[in-house]
Amino acid sequence: MSDHDYTPKSKAGKWFNDRLPLLTLANHLTDYPTPKNLNYWWTFGGILTFCLITQIVTGLTLAMHYIAHADMAFESVEHIMRDVNYGWLIRYIHANGASMFFLAVYIHIFRSLFYGSYKSPREIIWIIGIIIYLLMMAAAFMGYVLPWGQMSFWGATVITNLFSAIPLVGEGIVTWLWGGYSVDNPTLTRFFTLHYLIPFLILGLVVLHIWALHVPGNNNPVGIDIKKPSKDTVPFHPYIVIKDGFALLMFMIVFAFFVFYTPNILGHADNYIEADPLVTPAHIVPEWYLLPFYAILRSVPDKLLGVVAMLSAILILAALPWLDTSKIRSAVFRPLYKQFYWILVADVLILGYVGAMPAEGLYLLIARIATAYYFIHFLIILPLLGYKEKTLPIPLSITEPVLGGTPNLAMAKNKESQKIK
Amino acid sequence: MRFLLKILSLTIFFLTSSGISNSAEKVEYLKTDWSFKGIFGKFDRGSLQRGYQVYTEVCSSCHSMKYVSYRNLAEKGGPEFSVQQAKAIAASFEVTDGPNADGEMFQRPGKLSDKFVMPYENVKAAQAANGGAYPPDMSVLVKARGGGANYIYSLLQGYEDPPAGITLDDGVYYNKYMYGNKIKMANPLSDGLVEYADGTNATVEQMSKDITTFLMWTAEPHLEARHQMGFKAIIYLIILTILVYFSMKRIWSRVETEI
Repeated sequence: MSDHDYTPKSKAGKWFNDRLPLLTLANHLTDYPTPKNLNYWWTFGGILTFCLITQIVTGLTLAMHYIAHADMAFESVEHIMRDVNYGWLIRYIHANGASMFFLAVYIHIFRSLFYGSYKSPREIIWIIGIIIYLLMMAAAFMGYVLPWGQMSFWGATVITNLFSAIPLVGEGIVTWLWGGYSVDNPTLTRFFTLHYLIPFLILGLVVLHIWALHVPGNNNPVGIDIKKPSKDTVPFHPYIVIKDGFALLMFMIVFAFFVFYTPNILGHADNYIEADPLVTPAHIVPEWYLLPFYAILRSVPDKLLGVVAMLSAILILAALPWLDTSKIRSAVFRPLYKQFYWILVADVLILGYVGAMPAEGLYLLIARIATAYYFIHFLIILPLLGYKEKTLPIPLSITEPVLGGTPNLAMAKNKESQKIK
Repeated sequence: MRFLLKILSLTIFFLTSSGISNSAEKVEYLKTDWSFKGIFGKFDRGSLQRGYQVYTEVCSSCHSMKYVSYRNLAEKGGPEFSVQQAKAIAASFEVTDGPNADGEMFQRPGKLSDKFVMPYENVKAAQAANGGAYPPDMSVLVKARGGGANYIYSLLQGYEDPPAGITLDDGVYYNKYMYGNKIKMANPLSDGLVEYADGTNATVEQMSKDITTFLMWTAEPHLEARHQMGFKAIIYLIILTILVYFSMKRIWSRVETEI
């Protein structure tokens, strides 16, 4: 963390910093040496921080007007939409913000998969990331329940019922989660409490995520270790700050478009019908960002095994640093992995698509094949690929490809470095 | 470049595949030139005021509108009745208030701050009066239906004689846009049913359009403010993005690398 010593210039600054080294921390964050060849896929870390803060700030404001009661929740949301000053804006930012958050986190995760950012020495960053992702899903699910619309109610019923698949204690656990014998007021109040708590847990984990990142430093598109600081790096401020800022603004334009012009397109119309325990909607569909896992859940005929498959699909990611046996990080130098990477991307998108469709006929068949392939990718293809794949020679430093040295020259130089690897 | 092509082909795959499955299941809704669509979309005041008339004279005998207040009728971005008109409208309804000092509930004329008076005391009463079917509250109805405004607009014009082979129970009607084609609401509109205050010819099509516009407003009372703010916000963001882009170029020009 402290690659260089720092002493504040002013006397007061020094006095303060000796007692609480906040200025050292600030100095570390601004000077933090960052690889200069990071592309725009690396800007999503900053974008995600923005998303988290936006959700917390808008969420706090909404919580001042929202009433967590089964008889009043729906009405209080309409009160926010109609009578609270700019309540419609705050709520639409919060609701679409969840989708934007997931969009960004999926890009962030798939960037990591492409460039092998989860590999040694960054396993802890990756695992903290997976925990954050799990908490995000929990927060998003519980947040969707709060407006107490039809999809809120029935989504909560379906998802909490999954726990009943656990042998012996399952039914007891579900009753305990509900605080009664069905989804009702006690369920709503506890979901609200947890929905309020989880973002702050995420915030704490984000600090750890960044701390763990700052120990080895950023991975980069070439995927090789670089000396820090060196001519391959730039200080975080102003170089990365302005670049992240530029990318964030582009992201905000897309965000604003959803909020102002199609604020309900990512939601489900049924959620504007107040929850009715006596009327089940024709199709119960989760939010788009949970659809791939919903497809995996439904593709297994047995309830318990379906739940196990769904959970494994997420938890398997935590084992990724050890499942991927290749020493080369970046897919740029792994021609075979690159192909399989894009097949995986397509596979997850297909899972998302069939997750939104009724689980029958052709859709179910596709879901089953795609689910099988998802696990085959992580459990068979990745471990084997590390041994079988002929990787391309990797450059000595990121300066050569960046400065436009001829590829042949770079490769000739790098034959040696590969031997060292 | 290859990467972009892949993204593009995936997107096309999903757009086309969802298009195919959608067209197989759903009927095409009727469409009309909604004034509230688009980046600068605004409500047509005349249509909103006529829509309110249709609601009061036709729909409100069964459908409640419990989240809308009489004061909303005079607010910016809505039908924009004058405050005097809105007061008169409110006063034409009897509102149950109380209890008073004697502990009695009493009737009084409506005020601007009152919510729209409901046609039935409660859901059970509404069901009892409508053959077991609850006429849904109309406040957010447009947002609560998959096809949105086009769906409501189509449904009102979708009453037909049932095709051969379909028998309908008493109090059930055939509607080609309704999910499952069976609806418990009798065809509510007929040409000339309402005599518009502004002299517009009250065809079924015209009334359907007006009431749907009105329902769009009750579902999204701040739609105009949202569109206006959105335009300003996005223009602001685009200009800021361009400025930041050039300062980024400037800063990164000190480093020999591509950005």
